[in-house]
Amino acid sequence: MTATPTSAAAQAAEDRIEDESLEIARRRHSEGKRAERKLGLLLVAPAVIVMLAVAAYPILYAFWLSLNRADLRLPDQNEFIWFENYVTVLSSPIWWTAFGVTMFITVISAFLELVLGMLLAVVMHRTIVGRGLVRTSALVPYAIVTVVAAFSWRFAWTQGLGWLATGESAPLTQFWPSIWIIILAEVWKTVPFMALLLMAGLALVPEDLLKAASTDGATAWKRFWMVTVPLIKPAILVALLFRTLDAFRIFDNIFVLTNGANQTSSVSIVAYNNLIRGLNLGIGSTMSVLIFITTGIIAFIFIKAFGAAAPGADQGGRR
Amino acid sequence: MQTETTQRKLIWWGVNIVVLLYAFIPVFWIVSLSLKDDATLNDGRYFPVSPSGENYTAIFNNNDFIRALINSIGICLISTGIAIVLGTMAAYAVARLDFPGKRWVVAVSLLISMFPQIALVTPLFKIETALNLFDTWAGLIIPYVTFALPLAIYTLSAFFREIPWDLEKAARMDGATPYQAFRQVITPLAMPGVFTTGILVFIACWNDFLFAISLTSTSASRTVPAAMSYFTGATTFEKPTGPIAAAAVVITIPIVIFVLFFQRRIVAGLTSGAVKG
Repeated sequence: MTATPTSAAAQAAEDRIEDESLEIARRRHSEGKRAERKLGLLLVAPAVIVMLAVAAYPILYAFWLSLNRADLRLPDQNEFIWFENYVTVLSSPIWWTAFGVTMFITVISAFLELVLGMLLAVVMHRTIVGRGLVRTSALVPYAIVTVVAAFSWRFAWTQGLGWLATGESAPLTQFWPSIWIIILAEVWKTVPFMALLLMAGLALVPEDLLKAASTDGATAWKRFWMVTVPLIKPAILVALLFRTLDAFRIFDNIFVLTNGANQTSSVSIVAYNNLIRGLNLGIGSTMSVLIFITTGIIAFIFIKAFGAAAPGADQGGRR
Repeated sequence: MQTETTQRKLIWWGVNIVVLLYAFIPVFWIVSLSLKDDATLNDGRYFPVSPSGENYTAIFNNNDFIRALINSIGICLISTGIAIVLGTMAAYAVARLDFPGKRWVVAVSLLISMFPQIALVTPLFKIETALNLFDTWAGLIIPYVTFALPLAIYTLSAFFREIPWDLEKAARMDGATPYQAFRQVITPLAMPGVFTTGILVFIACWNDFLFAISLTSTSASRTVPAAMSYFTGATTFEKPTGPIAAAAVVITIPIVIFVLFFQRRIVAGLTSGAVKG
């Protein structure tokens, strides 16, 4: 502060003048700031209130229900039972089978989607003919209602009806064939979305860098792994995170394809069966809370272990 | 040189055709299934031998289907409208204004976009029963708007960052209030982004199945995806394949046409929110 040795009085006078003008500027500035803050809060308030009222409050309510015996068929037996529902669910083989099935479908789908999505992204990005045509048709699976696509696959594999069902076998009545058909339906529908996210990443890779690598004698394969992949790693991680969380809550495809027959239920299907079909709100809510927690853990692992930056995470600083 | 380019073009056409087959085979299959008549329905062929429109006649004479179609269109349009209005306001604030708790807003919307919807089914079921919203349009619009908001806020705030904001400053210099600058200068500029976001939100609502089967019980508010899974055959316990296929085509074709028309914008919308963030 006192780096320049001037006389104390002159310094004080100068400081005072500076202070006053600063004060005026600051007041004007802070008035503008205050108006801006007020408008900002006013504009986000409705959206935030809706999101909190419809998502945050019910999840707390679901947690409360999960601590109660709440069976709509036996309304007079409702009581607070602490974590008894959790003990029931976590010691139930139905839950763990569904959990295993969901995890298997999630991991395999996310992996296949990443590989196929990357291939499709490269095709859409690099093709020298019919680029608009390819991009447009790639959007078709994204645009189709999941239930519609699921019915299409179901009919295709139905014995004596579908073009894919051959001979004596009825694949949707057996465990492993059902699982693979569910994965097929899931992957088919979401590869284009994955590919679009990855293509946006590919567009950010500088062409010069690839040319330079090419001049240095790197093959296309090497250029992809040594230049492109490291550069688009953030896009890959975000796409993977979103798809993993999305695959984990798989419901529509299984509901239509097998309806959970032959132990092909996902955790969402099991929870739905307890909630809506069984009307056992306590057990169903317990499963809901467990699914919610698992989702949180998956997101946490992605963000901490792989350093996936969630979209919008750095939004604060940018204007 | 010439032949080399031709050869490369041919290879790329080959690759493109693989992509086209990938995208269209399941779609054409459900279309051809919907065109098969009763006699050839179970022939297992990919293409219909004697195409007929009898399945379409059947579903358009089915009041439950007509009602479901009206429900789907009405509920999705209203949800999209509300989500776009609230989302535009919030996205403008997130993209342009400095206010306390901004990171918090972004975090909440991110959390909701990752939310497992099944976790909300019971509490919403109980709350809506208590409020007499169960099996009404409003009962579906409420969760649809909630899950559409994060998508709307992300996509819109990404679009809003691309707008030339000096125009807003100029308007402010000329004495416009922040609200006027928002309403009269920025809103027209932002319309393309808003429109694109509207398409994405509409597709998301149109696609919903879980809420549609959990929060409805009659055709009063059941949407087409839910109604399809409740179609019953006249004579058997089997699902009526033909009408389901026809209904599937009816709700698919408009969206596919929409996507084909606005391909460029949809690609921009889907990628902007996620990558540029």
